[in-house]
Amino acid sequence: MGLSKLSSLYREVILDHSDHPHHKHALDAATHTITLKNPTCGDVINLEIKLSADEHIEDIGFTGEGCTISQSSASMMTDAVLGKSKEEALHMAKTFSDMVMGKTHDQADLDQLEDAAILSSIMSFPARIKCATLSWWALQRALLNDKPSEEEE
Amino acid sequence: MVKNLNNLRADFPVLDQTVNDEALVYLDNAATAQRPNQVIAALTHFYQTDNANVHRGVHSLAERATADYEQARRKVQTFINAAEPETVIFTKGTTDGLNLVASTYGEQNVAAGDEIVISIMEHHSNLIPWQQLAHRKNATLKYINLTADGQLDLDDAQAKITDRTKIVAVAHASNVMGTINPIKELARIAHNHGAIFVGDGAQAVPHMAVDVQDLDVDFYAFSGHKMMGPTGIGVLYGKRALLEAMPPYQFGGEMIGFVHQFDSTWAELPYKFEAGTQNIAGAVGLGAAVDYLTAVGMPTVQAHEHEIVNYLLPKLTEMPGVTVYGPQDPANHTGVIAFNLDGLHPHDVATALDMEGVAVRAGHHCAQPLMTYLGLTATARASFYLYNSVADADQLLVALTETKEFFNHGTVETK
Repeated sequence: MGLSKLSSLYREVILDHSDHPHHKHALDAATHTITLKNPTCGDVINLEIKLSADEHIEDIGFTGEGCTISQSSASMMTDAVLGKSKEEALHMAKTFSDMVMGKTHDQADLDQLEDAAILSSIMSFPARIKCATLSWWALQRALLNDKPSEEEE
Repeated sequence: MVKNLNNLRADFPVLDQTVNDEALVYLDNAATAQRPNQVIAALTHFYQTDNANVHRGVHSLAERATADYEQARRKVQTFINAAEPETVIFTKGTTDGLNLVASTYGEQNVAAGDEIVISIMEHHSNLIPWQQLAHRKNATLKYINLTADGQLDLDDAQAKITDRTKIVAVAHASNVMGTINPIKELARIAHNHGAIFVGDGAQAVPHMAVDVQDLDVDFYAFSGHKMMGPTGIGVLYGKRALLEAMPPYQFGGEMIGFVHQFDSTWAELPYKFEAGTQNIAGAVGLGAAVDYLTAVGMPTVQAHEHEIVNYLLPKLTEMPGVTVYGPQDPANHTGVIAFNLDGLHPHDVATALDMEGVAVRAGHHCAQPLMTYLGLTATARASFYLYNSVADADQLLVALTETKEFFNHGTVETK
């Protein structure tokens, strides 16, 4: 049965996040916003972040459309980085990106990703890695951006 | 050589494999078709026995290679019933052919205030060349809309095509919805207004008999790889008078008459448009694909695909939780079917189907304006060809049922 392998990708926690995504809303007072599109599938994420004066993620939200993997990944990402400092969040984005590319990491780094660490299973589905990384990439671009908002593909 | 369609699958070794431990069901033919042994053998034979550059050498190999290349052109000419071989220009593919027309005929004949009319269902390759030409010339780009069931709206075409229209460019068959467009009628309307008609035949030539003279199209482009030929080879047909009046597309070897220090003259048709060393083996492979399709017979190919669609489309439409886009009537439908499962992104569907060995495309199918028009971001798409069977359609239906069950079962909340 071919679909048994699917269970390793679409774990219950992933389906739960995609059915009931966390922080899926626009922010009132965002300091950093970005719109990223995945040109291969047309998926789009608008990510909004409110950084505090001491550069901590005080609030974060996303809107847009996408598949189960991209929606759950965005939900898990926002859970994991909320309250973290800019530097911590960027470190986590790098951990995530390394993880899905199959690079090994300290368990402490992976633990920091919380639910998002479960997406390491995406490695067995190379065509879907972009779906998982889109929101983390958006986070990285938004935080590193000097411009207050940006739209790109 | 008459082919039995049931036995023909044996000509395609690539189909005989398992994917994710399941027998492969290849339903991504609108993206690219598979090649039969006969086409692969023609490529091998050319490289092993005749390979040389064409139209230049005096030696025997060059003569044989030239003969092979020109024979392939004549095969294509016969296949699409072009009046002369000189009106068949080898290109890299459909995109290349359409860009050629936009950059030469379009550049020369479209001026500020003129109109270019295309349809909302165009593939990006028959959209962006015209969009950018319109930008360069300050011309107006207009879109023909669809009827409620995904057909081209001929009344809207009548309204949009005016005396200011210079070019009408429409796909012969939609790469998303499988709609077959009435391009003979569109060409007639275009001509009544003094415009030319450009046909995108990428999704039509592999699947039905095409007669460019009967259709009375002015230009018609298609790709080799969607009709079982190699990648990187395609064809642009054009009416001789138009081709003669057009400037070259690219400059270099092969396309010249005489070259002086400060001026040059151009080669005769078709070489004026074939600058540089062409994809010679690709043309030979395309010729072999034409032979293969001719042996089967295009009416047979079309009837076979129609039988599959006739079987699958009603079943898919009736399946709970499935939405089919485009014409629901199998009569005016190629073997291309776009659909979605309720509550599931097509990428998730395509991954699940892949686990069942069923290869489909998911995404915007290089037709983003159509997706926007339909209010969608993406769809799944199954597309059939002559080596597919009703059994393949059944496999798709089974895999879709299992995909729905998997995601319903996996979902925490029951709806």
